[in-house]
Amino acid sequence: MKTLSRIYLFLIFLFLYAPIVVLVIFSFNDSAVASRSVFSGFSLRWYSTLFQDGMLLSALRNTLIIAVVAAIVSTVLGTAAAIGISGMNKWMRRTVMNVTNFPMVNPDIVTGVSLMLLFVAGTRMLGGASLGMASLILAHITFCLPYVILSVMPKLRQMDPNLSEAARDLGCPPLAAFFRVVLPEIAPGIVTGLIMSFTLSIDDFVVSYFTSGTTQTLPIFIYSMTRKRVSPEINALSTCLFGIILVLLLVINMRTAKDTKRIQTSAKEV
Amino acid sequence: MKSKSASLPYLVWMVIFIIVPTALVFVFAFTDKSGRFTLQNLQGVGQYSNVFLRSIWLGALATVISLVLGYPLAYIISKARASRQNVLIMLVMLPMWMNFLLRTYAWMTLLEDSGIINHVLNLLGLPSVHMINTQGAVVLGMVYNYIPYMILPLYSVLTKIDRSVVEAAQDLGADSRKVFLRVTFPMSMPGVISGVTMVFVPAVSTFIISKMLGGGSNLLIGDLIDMQFLGSAYNPNLGSAISLVLMVLILICMGIMNQFDENGATEGGVMV
Amino acid sequence: MEKVSIVNLQNIAVSFDGEAVLKDFNLSIDDGEFVTLLGPSGCGKTTTLRIIGGFVRPDSGDVFFNGRKITDLPPHKRSVNTIFQKYALFPHLNVYDNVAFGMRVHKKSEREIRAKVGEMLDMVNLKGFENRNVNLLSGGQQQRVAIARALANEPKVLLLDEPLGALDLKLRKDMQVELKKIQQQTGITFLFVTHDQEEALSMSDEVVVMDRGAIQQIGTPLDIYNEPKNAFVADFIGESNIIDGIMREDFLAEFSGRKFRCVDKGFQPNEPIDVVIRPEDVDLVPPDEEHLTGVVQNVNFKGVFYEIIVDVQGFKWMVQTTDCEKTGERIGLSIQPDEIHIMHKSEYSGTFGDYSTFSDEMDEDSSPLPGNGEEA
Repeated sequence: MKTLSRIYLFLIFLFLYAPIVVLVIFSFNDSAVASRSVFSGFSLRWYSTLFQDGMLLSALRNTLIIAVVAAIVSTVLGTAAAIGISGMNKWMRRTVMNVTNFPMVNPDIVTGVSLMLLFVAGTRMLGGASLGMASLILAHITFCLPYVILSVMPKLRQMDPNLSEAARDLGCPPLAAFFRVVLPEIAPGIVTGLIMSFTLSIDDFVVSYFTSGTTQTLPIFIYSMTRKRVSPEINALSTCLFGIILVLLLVINMRTAKDTKRIQTSAKEV
Repeated sequence: MKSKSASLPYLVWMVIFIIVPTALVFVFAFTDKSGRFTLQNLQGVGQYSNVFLRSIWLGALATVISLVLGYPLAYIISKARASRQNVLIMLVMLPMWMNFLLRTYAWMTLLEDSGIINHVLNLLGLPSVHMINTQGAVVLGMVYNYIPYMILPLYSVLTKIDRSVVEAAQDLGADSRKVFLRVTFPMSMPGVISGVTMVFVPAVSTFIISKMLGGGSNLLIGDLIDMQFLGSAYNPNLGSAISLVLMVLILICMGIMNQFDENGATEGGVMV
Repeated sequence: MEKVSIVNLQNIAVSFDGEAVLKDFNLSIDDGEFVTLLGPSGCGKTTTLRIIGGFVRPDSGDVFFNGRKITDLPPHKRSVNTIFQKYALFPHLNVYDNVAFGMRVHKKSEREIRAKVGEMLDMVNLKGFENRNVNLLSGGQQQRVAIARALANEPKVLLLDEPLGALDLKLRKDMQVELKKIQQQTGITFLFVTHDQEEALSMSDEVVVMDRGAIQQIGTPLDIYNEPKNAFVADFIGESNIIDGIMREDFLAEFSGRKFRCVDKGFQPNEPIDVVIRPEDVDLVPPDEEHLTGVVQNVNFKGVFYEIIVDVQGFKWMVQTTDCEKTGERIGLSIQPDEIHIMHKSEYSGTFGDYSTFSDEMDEDSSPLPGNGEEA
């Protein structure tokens, strides 16, 4: 039984990681355009072409701008929303939460298409410019919001409902009570929402695809590269992204591991 | 209470960016190019019924394969030591952190006629196999991309099953097979349900996987919609009608799935 | 000492979702007293507290504090402080910072704060706990921090919302003594909410018995025990046999088919009345013509005494006695005139006071959930 499960684990992880390993290996392939299956010597040439690609760099810049703005706006808006929703009566809360959940159950492509219709109608009505950064940011905020709300709500529910009353009772005006007492309590949920929004925004292709006009984000740039069929730069790009993610996750993991250790030996730790 | 007003900006946002766009889909689906009411778009969807059937078939197939492959994995992980569990779950999630276009692209390089798998086959003296641009390749792409969405909710439900419940079943005379069939599996149903929805919904509505791995011959619903909005067949009214049908289809599926969940307590599982 | 009213509620009415919680409610609380609001869950006692704290705005009526109208004053501007049911300690702050919170809000100097926090922690026996994480304290310790935190603000009135409800029995008894001591030391007016009648009787200077959003009786613990105003109070405070009767004339009541001498007067001739007889006030005698007689139905050993249920002409009496009786035995009940308490009929007549469905478990079940239905 034990060996069987070992073998099973091995096969599944082989399935999950083989394509990524292949990408990484072939990112160092010296071979020119033609073959993606023959390794003909080590080279970093695709990395250097990659970093000289102006399109890529501007796509990267766009992606980061969108992700930062969308994450911050949706976190602020979503946190306020969660606080408001938890103060609603049952019927109102259920209605609002059903609408909030809708973009999460709705297929991405339908969300993308519906927002595209909105933006096209909007620009036509307001006579504004065509779709671009603005519509991308609005769309990203929209699909990030439910995730922020859903990560803040449980923290609000776990919180002692009298906490903010206790602060006001001791002399805090309502807003100060929120910042001094409620915010520290729900901060973990807010941070989770922020990180989620940021990663969702960076990673999004489908909604961006329909709301970007001619503006390029990193996923859209990747998409146009894959359409060219043969472009080894993609391998290099994948490797870079994977490397960054790997390092980030390792750092986060090591830090949490350290934290738990510190708690365990709190007295002796320096 | 005053706190309600904190959600006011969001409520406005919700109306503009969730309710109005959805309403627009409805409006476009029921009007023609000049804005007059028509049912022609919806009737037009009928001619693509083979595409719908193919999408549902391939999506369902991918969902079942993900469940069959993912359940044992989630089960094994949930039985491992706590420290090992974390590592294994990290390993399941890690590929998801890579953009799914790149993950799908990786399979292109593997499956191509002159790709790595065929290359290896040739080296072993075996004949090449045509894999890219087939339905099999599309299903493979779906399974590869969405199987973590199956594993994570299953895992989170399985780890929460109270050990004493299993022990009680053993105490009452159930062998390990019966314990699994009568206790563990039924108790993991909420995880199965959320896993199935989380795989089926994106699988049935994808348009990238079919484009990249299915070639032009295996159109799915998503490709149809893409073509009507950003492609050669530009016709947002028809596209909206198709989107509407897709949306309704998904809502019906979710409704059916929720019926299975008697407690109605499906938690979203782990969302990443 | 002259009694001065510090909190005054006038004609208060509150309803939540169309359901009246308080109706035309009037209450005056004297400075320096330990006052308890006692009643079953849903009686409006927590709402009363929250109105004084400023967390519930009454639909009509006014709140006065030291003669000044404070109906529209927000909580943070009122010089009352609250001990919340589950203490509501700030989990992200340690013991010291929790107690210092109110003073920091009021911009006191750190030196002043340090002295006061020390004094408060000393008072609640938590010296040396300054840097502890409040989440890791026991229930009793958390309770003490909550008291120190509220008193550090030097309130004129301290509102306590079932503060002992979450503690186990032994700890609860200790805290009762300690709270009473703190109240006497500081001289601060305590307004205490509880559904536990024993707690109310042992701690309070004055008890306000409430039910269905209205005050049933106000008085000293002795008053409300010995002279309950209606069947509800008689039943809620301690155990009571409440029997239908008729006041024949002054000092003569008739019930259970017999005439009894009593010490009450001022009723209409032949007025229907409720008669209250406490279980410990009945003496058991051999059955004879002179006394009420009944059959022992059930005997329950309670340690100091036996609690027996006696069937007298179909009405089940509870009697507490040190004599051991046997089930099925016929006995006589002797009642002295000063142990008979006569009440006017009220809306509660006939709903309480018969022990035919009595059981120990029911007594425990009836302890209401804290705050149930009373939250705003």
